[in-house]
Amino acid sequence: MSKTKMTGAQAVLESLKREGVEVVFGLPGGVLLPLYDAIYQSDLRHILVRHEQGAAHMADGYARATGKVGVCLATSGPGATNLVTGIANAYMDSVPMVAITGQVNTWLIGKDAFQEADITGITLPITKHNYLLRSAREISRVFREAFYIAHSGRPGPVLIDLPRDVTVEEVEFTWPEVNLPGYHPSFKVHEMQIKKAAKLLMDAERPVIYVGGGVKYADAHRELFDLATKINAPVTTTLMGVGCFPEDHPLSLGMLGMHGTKYANYSIQESDLILAVGARFDDRVTGKIASFAPRAKIVHIDVDPAEIGKNVRVDIPVVGDARNALAALAKEVVPKPRSAWNEKIEAWKKDHPLRYIPDINIIKPQFVIEKLCELAPDAIITTEVGQNQMWAAQFFVHKDPHKFISSGGLGTMGYGFPAAIGAKMGCPECEVIDIAGDGSFLMNSQELATAVVNDIPVKVAILNNGCLGMVRQWQELFFEKRYSATILGRTSPDFVKLAEAYGAVGLRATKPSEVEPVIRAALATDRPTIMDFIINPAEKVSPMVPAGATLGEILDLEWCDEANTSHLEKIYSDARKEILGSEGYI
Amino acid sequence: MKHTIAVIVENKSGVLTRIAGLFSRRSFNIDSLSVGATDNPDYSRMTITVQGDKDVLEQVIKQLSKLINVIRVSELAPAESVERELAVIKVSADRESRSEIMQIVNIFRAKIIDVSAKSMIIEATGDEEKIDAIIQLLRQFGIKELARTGKVAMVRGPRVVKA
Repeated sequence: MSKTKMTGAQAVLESLKREGVEVVFGLPGGVLLPLYDAIYQSDLRHILVRHEQGAAHMADGYARATGKVGVCLATSGPGATNLVTGIANAYMDSVPMVAITGQVNTWLIGKDAFQEADITGITLPITKHNYLLRSAREISRVFREAFYIAHSGRPGPVLIDLPRDVTVEEVEFTWPEVNLPGYHPSFKVHEMQIKKAAKLLMDAERPVIYVGGGVKYADAHRELFDLATKINAPVTTTLMGVGCFPEDHPLSLGMLGMHGTKYANYSIQESDLILAVGARFDDRVTGKIASFAPRAKIVHIDVDPAEIGKNVRVDIPVVGDARNALAALAKEVVPKPRSAWNEKIEAWKKDHPLRYIPDINIIKPQFVIEKLCELAPDAIITTEVGQNQMWAAQFFVHKDPHKFISSGGLGTMGYGFPAAIGAKMGCPECEVIDIAGDGSFLMNSQELATAVVNDIPVKVAILNNGCLGMVRQWQELFFEKRYSATILGRTSPDFVKLAEAYGAVGLRATKPSEVEPVIRAALATDRPTIMDFIINPAEKVSPMVPAGATLGEILDLEWCDEANTSHLEKIYSDARKEILGSEGYI
Repeated sequence: MKHTIAVIVENKSGVLTRIAGLFSRRSFNIDSLSVGATDNPDYSRMTITVQGDKDVLEQVIKQLSKLINVIRVSELAPAESVERELAVIKVSADRESRSEIMQIVNIFRAKIIDVSAKSMIIEATGDEEKIDAIIQLLRQFGIKELARTGKVAMVRGPRVVKA
């Protein structure tokens, strides 16, 4: 390889180019001046964000939509610490990301210099690995390792801290092979374990396949489909696994857990065999862990050996890539006809569907989601966190693993909008819609500027209930309707005017009849658009497994409790009048 | 229950922090930790004692193995390994007590490495129980200062824990 002299900053850009990076999301600062000067002179696409948290979520959304490594960039000190939530979010959901932070000059490190923060120390527990560079000679090796670590095995974020002097130091660029003696992600699966798992699957009378985000990252949804349909095994997904199995298929149980379907939760509790794939038995999924699937043997396929046996006892562990494992399993099993188990589940589905009470006067959030699904069935859906997220998971019919993007593990409000911008950058030909709440959206609404300036036409559907709905729901159910700090009411801005102030399009629906026209108008424009849906504030996410209960104890909530509706409406009516003018919304 | 594990790590700055951070983040109880060079300057060896049942031990080993700078993790079962610890103990000693202390030191095959008119420093090596026992016996004279290294351990016989 020919050796070329260049600065550290140029070496960073050359490394990014060799890793195939098309876009970085970032915001400059003092110590990053040399790097940004090099970016100015390069052809790397840089998206200027308005808050570094937005950059991290954009890189995350880009990674989830494309399967490539997302890259974000922030300056030292506050720039780096503003990335922290986004990095933690990517870590919890195993998203491949490289975060590059500026750092003060090496000789100032540890001296409490201006805008100094120990970001490698801070991100130690929320990165798969991190690096503090000391010399420009390390740049190419470290970048190559970082990208390899971020996307291989169980993916995750890797942070590279880049002191200012390292970016101006002259260096001969080389591109060394990755050599990490302590890192050998499992890929192949053990044949004997597959045989054992296949036997259990064949012997089982009431099997359930329980699928998480691992199937998404391993791109194993086709192999999953082959296996499930070959043996007629029902499939339920976690929030992270939504879309890995087509939800309109008869074998689909939809989502399980706290706000999963009743039939998914009943199936788990009654099953005699659970095949868990790329899922980690999170507390939101298992309910009371001691009585989770009491009669079931468990086969657990995971690329991360540490996940196996972490939360539940496992009968057959299978370490390795989900795609290899599912393909091997599908080959090993013989076709099984439909059984009494399938019939039983069919009956549960009929008796306990996901449902809500439609209304002709007031917009139901579930109705908005159904309309979005009807009018934009192939859209990439991102979500914020809370009720909006659960309704989006429940009432949109998901069929594509890369088209549902949501903050699962960390539950980060403010994630969905920047993630939508990132997803749109990765998949410009796709419609991208952030299903949001009025609370969550405001947490990163400044990125409207990013979307408008860079002409990234994402659409936001705000399910505006004037409150922090999920917490309010818990207060209603478990804290005797003491709505402590959850009523936003008057304090939220007029989202239509907010959109217009940024140069985006703002639309509002206050009646059910306006929902479809608003969605059609949003889909017809090629500009960033906010749809403000004024929804029933009393609506609750249902069904629900109360905290500490078993999955079988899932409840239908009285989601249209009259007394509660009128109580809340009283609180909102003045605020609404102010926002909507004299017309009001009912 | 106590378990001893040997961990071969890359000899780089920050590795000890990563390991200590992992233990605190995952609420693993660390009893002792010792680090030192190995025959290969690229690697260091840690001996860690942890408290917990079989499941905790399994998680500790798996989580440690996930760290990029960790090359190898191996449990050292007590029956199949030798364990040693070193302690230096400063005790009050005057003309009257000095000979009695020396007798104890001899019984434990320990060493006296410093003497003054009012004190002695004793160096003792052995397994944890032996160190505990000598400390217990010396306590009657007044322990002024105590430093222990934490355990180092190795598998008996030809098997090795190496990078």
